This record gives sequence, C-alpha cells and structure tokens, in this order.
Amino acid sequence: MPDTISSIVKTTPVLMTDVAKNFVMHLRGSVTIPVVSGVNFALRAGECAVLGGPSGVGKSSILKMIYGNYSADCGQIMVAYRDTMIDIAKAEPRTVLAIRRETVGYVSQFLRAMPRVPALDVAAEALVGQGEGLAEARLKAGEMLARLNLPETLWQLPPATFSGGEQQRVNIARGFLTDHPVLLLDEPTASLDAANRAVVIDLIREKKKKGVAMLGIFHDEDVREQIADAIIDVAHFAERAKRKGQSQGAMVGRPLELT
Amino acid sequence: MNKAHTSDHLPKSSLVPPRPMDLSEKPLLQVRSVSKYYGRRVGCEDISFDLWPGEVLAIVGESGSGKTTLLDCISTRMTPTSGMVNYRMRDGTMREVFRLGEAEKRFLMRTDWGFVHQNPADGLRMTVSAGANVGERLMAIGKRHYGDIRETAADWLEQVEIARDRIDDQPRAFSGGMRQRLQIARNLVTGPRLVFMDEPTGGLDVSVQARLLDLLRGLVAELGLAAIVVTHDLAVARLLSHRMVVMKEGRVIETGLTDRVLDDPQAPYTQLLISSILQV
Repeated sequence: MPDTISSIVKTTPVLMTDVAKNFVMHLRGSVTIPVVSGVNFALRAGECAVLGGPSGVGKSSILKMIYGNYSADCGQIMVAYRDTMIDIAKAEPRTVLAIRRETVGYVSQFLRAMPRVPALDVAAEALVGQGEGLAEARLKAGEMLARLNLPETLWQLPPATFSGGEQQRVNIARGFLTDHPVLLLDEPTASLDAANRAVVIDLIREKKKKGVAMLGIFHDEDVREQIADAIIDVAHFAERAKRKGQSQGAMVGRPLELT
Repeated sequence: MNKAHTSDHLPKSSLVPPRPMDLSEKPLLQVRSVSKYYGRRVGCEDISFDLWPGEVLAIVGESGSGKTTLLDCISTRMTPTSGMVNYRMRDGTMREVFRLGEAEKRFLMRTDWGFVHQNPADGLRMTVSAGANVGERLMAIGKRHYGDIRETAADWLEQVEIARDRIDDQPRAFSGGMRQRLQIARNLVTGPRLVFMDEPTGGLDVSVQARLLDLLRGLVAELGLAAIVVTHDLAVARLLSHRMVVMKEGRVIETGLTDRVLDDPQAPYTQLLISSILQV
C-alpha cells in the first residue's frame, strides 16, 4: 500500500531531496564556495541521526537549511506541518515561522537572547510560544535548568554574562522543553562537563521514546555512540558539491563594485 | 527551596503567548508598485509587499536609502507618485487608502493605526501632561468620561513602565527613554492593528534601548500588532521583526525571513551591510 501523506508526516517528518547549497561571496569577487550537493536523506520519528564529517564540511549548513535559517540553492526540504508536508526551502517567511513554532525545534551552538530577559524566561520562551501559560512554563523551565545543574542564583539574570557552558545549558533547556516533533541539535554537548553531558544524553533518549525525530552534530565520539541511530556522512555531499562546482567553473567570479 | 520566582508572583515580562498563527489568514496591508519621486530624484521606486496581521516587518538600509520615504507613503503622511496601498478595514473589506473618505481616513489615523516617531517631540504634545497625551487619542474617538479616560491613561503609563504618579507631569520633564515609552502608550491606547515606527530606538542609550525593545516586543506579541519598523540598526531588526526588507537607493535589494537575510544574505549590498556591523 502506498504511503499516504498523513503517515509520512508521522513516520518521516523531514525529507531532503537533491538539496544543494553554495555560498556566493560578493565581497570577495563573487567567489562561489560550494558547500553541499545532492543531499538526500530522511529523518525518522523516534530516531536520532548524526551528521558526520570534519569541521567546515557543511554539517551546520544542513541543520540551518532545515530550520529555514539558510536558503537552499536547489532541491526540496519537506518538513511535517500539521497534517501535511511543506517545502521549507520555498516557504514564505510566515510559514517558516509557523513550522518553527509547531514542528521544528533547534538547539543552537551559541545562545542569542533578548537583552534584559532573565535566563528562566529565555528557557521558557519556546514553551510559551507553543501556548503554555507563563507560570507553568516558568515552573517547567526551572525544573529543566535544575536538572542541567544551572545554579538557581543565575535564573533571574540575563544570560549574556554567563560562561559558555552556562549559556549552553540555558539553550538546551529552551530547546528540550517543547514538544516539537523534530529537533535539530547543533553541538549541544560541546562545552559541557561529563555530568551535564550525561543529562543531555538522557534527554535525547527521552525524546526518542516520545517519537521525536532528531538530527544532530556531536563531535564527542562517546556521546555519538550512545545516541546515534544513523550516521549521515556529510563529506560525501561536500565532495559532490566541489566536483560540480569545478565542472561549472564556478570559482571564476566578477569583482563587486563597491559604492 | 525558594520557589517564589517561579509561580507565586510573576515578574513583569516580555514573555507573552504570541497571537495564534493562521496560515489561511489574508493580508492586512498590500503595497503595490509604490514609487515616490522628488522631481527627478528617486525617493523610492516600485516597492511591493504584503503584511499579515501580527507580523512585524523591518525596513533597513543606510540613511538616504528611501526607507522613511516608503514608510511615509504607506502611512499616507505623503502621497506616492504612483502605486497603490490597500488596507483591510475592520469589516474585512480591502480598501485603497488614498481613496478613503475623510471619516474613514480619520478612523485609520486616530484609531486603527499608530505612528511612532524617532523624535518623541514629533509625536507628543510636550506642554500638556503625560495623562493628557494618552487621553487625547481616546477623546478623539469619542470617549468623554473624565475618570475613565484618566484611569485608562494611568493603566497605559504602567504598561510602558512609567509610574502612575507621573500622570500630571509634562513630557518635557521626562528622559528620552520615558518620552519614547509615553509616545508608544499614546499610540497603543486606541487598540490599533497596525503601527508604523521610524527608528523607534534611535538616539537612546543602549541600556534604555534594550528596555524599550523588550517592552515593544512584549506589547507587539501581546496585542497581536502588525508593525512596519524603519531602522538602520540591524540588531534592532533582528530582535523585533519577523521579516526584513533591505533597501538601497530607493529600491528593494533583498527581502525574506529576518534571520535568513541576516545569517545568509544573498545580495552583494546585503552582504556588505552585514559585514560592516561592529562586533561587541
């Protein structure tokens, strides 16, 4: 029996088909830097796929394209939204925002928070965005921050002055609190100690049980071994992009006229 | 364990549930091929976009890029040389704003729209009290009961973090940041659906600016306001807007989701603009 859309939405909430990404650096003579090409993979509900390959190979770019934060030059990035699949690469800004609110959550590597907003509210924000009441959201945010061993004395302070590891824990709390069916993880364990790394591993396992589809970047081999259900080799996509770029002579550009 | 800050009392916060998003909604405002020429000089040229209810659009660009001209044309403070601006009235009908009757136009300017100027002195009456500045917009829409007007004005002062007991002071006696917050209260008291803002945080100290941005973000989300914000400050655009239009020499250079434009700029000019930001 062929898959119906509604079953795809539930089992395979992200489907990338023939996606390619280049950066055109207009300030450097319009040099085209190929990132990835021919990206094909699917994310399955309840599994955590890990993007593999050395630094600079394009792992973050893939995450950002699925989040609608980077544009894609070609291909389709189908993402589940309510009972349908939407191509986020071609979606209107307001559609991308609706998808972020309901479907795709993101734990970024670095925290970008509103000035003046205390850590507790930064952590609660995405939850409030999904319609949770403020008091309840703050309660849950507090529990999550406590679980991640962030001292309670910091909760009422804006995280701008926190250490890297503290900021990252606020970021993790914020990303893991919601019930997005898709979660993108950009090195969430990079600046954490062993105890907090273990908490994140537990959090990922809990998400799997709830049927969340995850795609992550983890440089820590130990973490990767414990949570990866599949490894996607990004070097393969990057090589393809380079070959394609060379055959098209894309490294030749014209200088930018600066006015 | 001290749990006071989590549930017993709720500190004031910009954290409010955003307006529910309905993708089948129709646009609130349609701008179609709007151009403005000053003699032979281009103010803005062939600008088109839609704005949806609850959406905040930032127009960014250097001074002289035409962003304020565009804002003035859309908000009918200036008549464009050509082009059309359509607005969805409260009854759901789409009307061309330059063809509205006087009464309808007044309703837009006094009630359904707000305009926040860069310089609060342009949007306030500096020699009447703070309360009167807010109350005046209420009286313009037919409110007559003195006690009610004063009470509403006091509530709004509180919403924009001005102490209630400052209600009889003139804005002349306020700091720059307070004046700007008062201007915002004056604009929002009538429950507008669309607010135009021209460099709302321009000329304020960074700490005052952060406070104002936090306040604006909370109010916009809470009231489900649509807004068009002109700013040359890309950080303000990032914090406040959903969508961005980059202008140069009167034309739109690039447009899209705010963080997409800022993190993956496509046009040469946008790349130049973003690479010119000073890092702290």
